[in-house]
Amino acid sequence: MSAGGIRPSQPFPDAARETLQDAQMRRNLRHATTTIREKRLQAVAELPYWEDLRTQGAAIKDVVLDNLAEHLLTLEASVKRLGGHVHWAQNAEEAQRLVADLVAAHGVSEVIKVKSISTDEIELNAALEARGIHATETDLAELIVQLAEDRPSHILVPAIHKNRAEIRELFRRKLGAQLLTDDPKVLAEAARVYLREKFLATKVAISGANFAIADTGTVCIVESEGNGRMCLTLPEVLISVMGIEKVLPTWPDIAPFMQLLPRSSTAERMNPYTSFWSGVTPGDGPQEFHLILLDNGRTDVLADAVGRETLRCIRCSACLNVCPVYERTGGHAYGSVYPGPIGAILTPQLLQLDDANANSLPWASSLCGACYDACPVKINIPEILIYLRGQITPHKTPNVESIAMKTAAWIFNESYRFEGAIKLARTGQGPLVQHGAVRALPGMLGGWTSSRNLPPFPPQSFRELWRKEEQREQ
Amino acid sequence: MSSEARLEILTRINRATSGHPPALERPPIPTSTRPSAEILAQFAEYAAEYRAHVQQMAQADIPEALAKLLAGKRVLVPEGLPAAWRAALDSTPDNGQSHAELTHFQAVLTTCAVAIAETGTVVLDHGSGQGRRTLTLIPDQHVCVVFWHQIVESVPEGVATLQEAVTAGRPLTWISGPSATSDIELSRVEGVHGPRSLNLFIITPGD
Repeated sequence: MSAGGIRPSQPFPDAARETLQDAQMRRNLRHATTTIREKRLQAVAELPYWEDLRTQGAAIKDVVLDNLAEHLLTLEASVKRLGGHVHWAQNAEEAQRLVADLVAAHGVSEVIKVKSISTDEIELNAALEARGIHATETDLAELIVQLAEDRPSHILVPAIHKNRAEIRELFRRKLGAQLLTDDPKVLAEAARVYLREKFLATKVAISGANFAIADTGTVCIVESEGNGRMCLTLPEVLISVMGIEKVLPTWPDIAPFMQLLPRSSTAERMNPYTSFWSGVTPGDGPQEFHLILLDNGRTDVLADAVGRETLRCIRCSACLNVCPVYERTGGHAYGSVYPGPIGAILTPQLLQLDDANANSLPWASSLCGACYDACPVKINIPEILIYLRGQITPHKTPNVESIAMKTAAWIFNESYRFEGAIKLARTGQGPLVQHGAVRALPGMLGGWTSSRNLPPFPPQSFRELWRKEEQREQ
Repeated sequence: MSSEARLEILTRINRATSGHPPALERPPIPTSTRPSAEILAQFAEYAAEYRAHVQQMAQADIPEALAKLLAGKRVLVPEGLPAAWRAALDSTPDNGQSHAELTHFQAVLTTCAVAIAETGTVVLDHGSGQGRRTLTLIPDQHVCVVFWHQIVESVPEGVATLQEAVTAGRPLTWISGPSATSDIELSRVEGVHGPRSLNLFIITPGD
């Protein structure tokens, strides 16, 4: 089941310890992230005005967020004017109910879906299943994840943790496909044959939305395979679930994003297919269109002056591919449909910093800043990570940490105290050093060594060495 | 439920925002200064890099090139194409065939609204000569005729050209090469669901 939601089932360090055991996954991920990373640098280098584009993208998003209500109302009016319907959902449950009711009203038990993180966020597939409605994912990777009853591990290439042999086995078992080889071409053909029938026969389709333009009521889906176009044009009814932050003011505002998104995500000059539609078009495509505007915690993020810029995100996944933590732990460790650096700030905020497991995510970072450099809309992810850490850590009256910090300050303040402390530590560390590293500190300090090794104090400090050298020269 | 949700969401937004948006400075759309032959060449090169089959020709050569490319194929044609293009083809006009009926065609022939050199993209606004959206989706081959004067250099220029169609409520399909996936170990495979081949006829200015 690809529905995953945003509530991690365990804290990041525990989940990461598990995923780090999976050597196959780490190999796949390293290959994927390094490949996309290099390609992306080339794609970006082709545009000499890339930095201006980033600034422009960020500026448009900020203006949208500053006056979000007005843009949403304009969008609503435009979509209605063009024959579409607009619904509002405060949370996952309301959105699930809206979609399920719309599907049920058409008396069908099968729907097709184009990859959509917002529907994964609200765990739509499971909710539909509970109402007796089966949703088939039509993006190749999402289909793989769904057939494997697994969870997506990457925003853009959700099945990147699986290799071709596993996929061949899966298709044999679940689709009954006769597959002579595990050539990706052969595997993609099997999916094509399986899905074509669904595309032609299914009455209702469900999608997300990459952008929506307020003044023209135009919704947009960016994709590669054509499954998006199939879902958006063949069925009679189309239901699109869109986060409220995805609205853009006017048509020309789409231009920077159609430059920023493909180059940042798949490292292409342009993705193979982008569909734009406004309400319904007589004689072309679905004749019934519903747009569901989803809040689900976004207005809380909007209310936070520092965290707000998280809502600029266009879900390109560039931050995942440059993140050393993501590259090693993989997407599943984040326990949310939003993995990687953006997930580390978006997930806890969408949950109002109330979820203890999600609250461990802002520490899932080395703060190297690569994500900020890569972000096409300049979200200052490292700054927000630190800010969230501050929000999450309770400001208690003197606790062990604050006493320890005060003591450390007192020691560091005078060189003789510092040197004395080092000597003491060097003598005291003896029993703790194993195979050249301190692997487990006792008591509360054990938190530090639970996920890292500590190099032992050297037999001689730099100061001692310096003094010795000086004496020798005299 | 939805109207309560609407009020609640809008109230929360208004509480969260100042309501005094900074004015957005939209930079002017850069107009290209490069010679049009160069832009045409860039479009041809980039489209080919996306595995589109690109042929450059004079307008007069279209019927012959079509006849050669589509010999023996059942070709679907939207309204609005020049009669001369259809002369040598086994072509059927779009008269609202069902999706199932569309699967019996091997190819579709269209024009486009604009083409973008910087990205190798053709854009259909589904006006005259381009047909409804499913026509270019179900048949396995899409042949698209692009005239030199339709090629712009950059995405913002392309977007500006499309303002009128979008304002009129028409859908758009942006196509850059044939359907493709890289979902399995990042190796690119063409033709998952859309047409497996895209042929672009780029019509060069006549003398």
